[in-house]
Order: sequence, then C-alpha cells, then structure tokens
Amino acid sequence: MPLLTFKIQRFDPEKDKEPYMQEFTFEVEKGLTILDCLNYIKENLDATLSYRASCRMGICGSCAMLINDYPRLACETQVLVLGKTLIEIKPLPNYPLVKDLIVDLTPLFAKHRAVKPYVIHPDERQPEKEFIQTNQEQTKYLQFAYCLKCGICLAACPTVATADNFLGPQALAQAYRYNSDTRDNGLKDREKIIDSSYGLWRCHMAGACAEACPKGVDPALAIQLMKKETILGKKKNIAPLALPLVGVEPRPGIPKAPERTVK
Amino acid sequence: MRETLIKQRYRLGTKGWFYAGRYGIERYLYIFHRISGLGIILYLSLHIILTSTRIFGQGIWVASMEMVDKPIFKFGEYLVVAAFIYHALNGLRLFFIELSFFIGKPSRQDYPYTTSVKRQRPFVYLTMIALLCLLVIMSVDFYFI
Repeated sequence: MPLLTFKIQRFDPEKDKEPYMQEFTFEVEKGLTILDCLNYIKENLDATLSYRASCRMGICGSCAMLINDYPRLACETQVLVLGKTLIEIKPLPNYPLVKDLIVDLTPLFAKHRAVKPYVIHPDERQPEKEFIQTNQEQTKYLQFAYCLKCGICLAACPTVATADNFLGPQALAQAYRYNSDTRDNGLKDREKIIDSSYGLWRCHMAGACAEACPKGVDPALAIQLMKKETILGKKKNIAPLALPLVGVEPRPGIPKAPERTVK
Repeated sequence: MRETLIKQRYRLGTKGWFYAGRYGIERYLYIFHRISGLGIILYLSLHIILTSTRIFGQGIWVASMEMVDKPIFKFGEYLVVAAFIYHALNGLRLFFIELSFFIGKPSRQDYPYTTSVKRQRPFVYLTMIALLCLLVIMSVDFYFI
C-alpha cells in the first residue's frame, strides 16, 4: 500500500493567530477518497481536525475544499487518482475562514438568495393545475438545476478574488436557470439585479467556474447565454396549464382518489 | 452559529489573478487581458502628458522627445503595441463568446462532463495563432525595417 503525506491547513480561531500546515503520513489503499482519509485522520491521528462533510457521495456539496491547488469535492476525489505522494488540503479560497477546512458560505447563500432562485408564477394566483413543459424546454435549464451550492465556482473565479459585490457564477447560473424555465415569469424582477455592473457584466469568461464545477453545471455557459439575451432580448413562452381531463374513465378496479384536504 | 473570526482574510485579492492554480488557459488569458488593458491606459496617459509639452514651445518639445529617444522607451513602445494586439484579439474572442458563439447549448450532462470552455478552446488556439503571426510581423516591422 502506498505511503502518502497529507499536508493540511489548520487554524483554530481561539488558539492560533495564523493558519499553519500540519502533516500526517499513513498508508492508503486503492479506492479511498480524500474524505475517507480525513475521516481516518480524525478517527486515528488527530481528533481535533475540523471539516464539513455529509452525504459522502457528491450530492450535498458540503466537503468542497482546495485539494492540490484545485477546488474539488473531497468525497468525489480518489486519493490515488491524484498521482502524488504529497497531498495538500486547504479550505476554499475567497470565503471567510471559520476553522481548519471549514469556510463560512454565508456570502454564497446571500448571493444565491439575491437572484430570487424560485419559480415566480405568471399571475399572483397559485396555479390550480400543473404546467405543461416539453422535454426540449426542460433541457434548456436542467443542467443548471444540478447546482449543489458547494461554493467551488466562487473559489475558482478570479473576479470574486477582488470583487466582493460580484454576484458570482453560482447565483448568475441560478438566475439563468429560472429565467429559462417556462413556468417562471420573473425575468423582469431578476433583470434589475443581474443586469448591473456587479452582476452579469463583471464576468469576463475566465472559464474556471465551468471547469471546476463537480456536477457539470457550467455557470460560464449560463452567464454568456444570459449576456446575449440581455443584449438582444429574450422571447419566452409561458407554459400553459394542463387542461382538466374530460371523458376519461378510470380502469375498472382502481379506487377513486380521495377528496382534497387542502382548499 | 459560531461567529466567523476571520473576515475577508482568506479572499485571494489580486494574488488570485496571478496565481490561478491549475486551471485552463482561459483564466490566464483573463489575467493578461486585464494587465494589457491597464498597460494601454497607462501608456495613453503618459502619451497625452508627453505630447502636451508641445504647447510650452518648440524647445521643450524637442527636449522631451530626446528624453524618450532611448532603447528602454523603444522597448516599452514595443510592449504597448504587443499588449494592444493581444487586447484587441482576445477582446474580439470575448465579443463572440459573450454573444454565445462557439460555446454550445445547454444539454443533459453525462459523465465525463463537457463544458462551454472546452467547446470554445479551438477558437482560443486560433486566436493565439493569429496573435503569434501579428507579433512576428510587428517585431520585424519594429526592429528591422
């Protein structure tokens, strides 16, 4: 089994003035992820090591960290695939540091919230029936709906490195995701927020967000498409509501649906 | 929630422009684009200051022209032209990409994921080849003709 050294950034705000690097060396076997190795360190070598992790299968987006100078999900990174005997792990850059490998993702969520990331209905009434949306219409936004909110794109973005107010790739991709959804009618509301100097136009296509995204969300694509739509205007069809079923007889033996309990 | 004790300290700052980690070529082009833009603005202000000395008379104008007639300024001028060519070509690339040319359309993502950055990369190489050709022509013109 290969012997690997892990160089991990440590920082305890109650004890340390500056972050420092601590080394751990142990044997690893094929198939271990970075998260498995961090768990091993916490369980066997140093119980004070702090990091955030939850689902351990690339769904929750909690374990994003800078691994060998590249932001990745620790649970999705196989330790031997990196091909190095020294593995350096640091917290994600461009976020306030809380402890060890934990960063404060508050800026990410604040920016996400700012672009109204939800379906805004065409009229104020709640729809009585479901919207009809074709597969082609769904494909226009589905890719961007896979965002985990892991924060990797903001860590990779060179504009975020110097501009705090920049909405960032995550929020802008989510704005595009809802703007492209035929059930949504919030384009005008979102335009006020994203068509600004710290919104859409701060992105200069460095492309790092798209490359680093662990789910293939491609925020860079969403932002460029949104720029084009903002310049040339966007034509959008609002999805029609499903018509009530007429003349449909249930199959014999199928019980009748219960009455609605919520009016 | 525990109060965040280090505010903003971990933000990369301008260091984040220069040290880009192991990302693709576009992130470095972004940095060069900013630097070349700043260089051109700096040159423009120096150029305006220098040429404005003409209003103080022929003597001062000739003296200031003699001051900049040195190899170091000649090299600086060379860098300005190179920065201008880069900035113009890369700006043209960004113009097309921001109008959604060469970056593809949203699609259902299957692993391994493809990205807009990879799709537009041949265009990057084409821009770089054009840049190289223009730089060679400019260098010959600058130093040998």
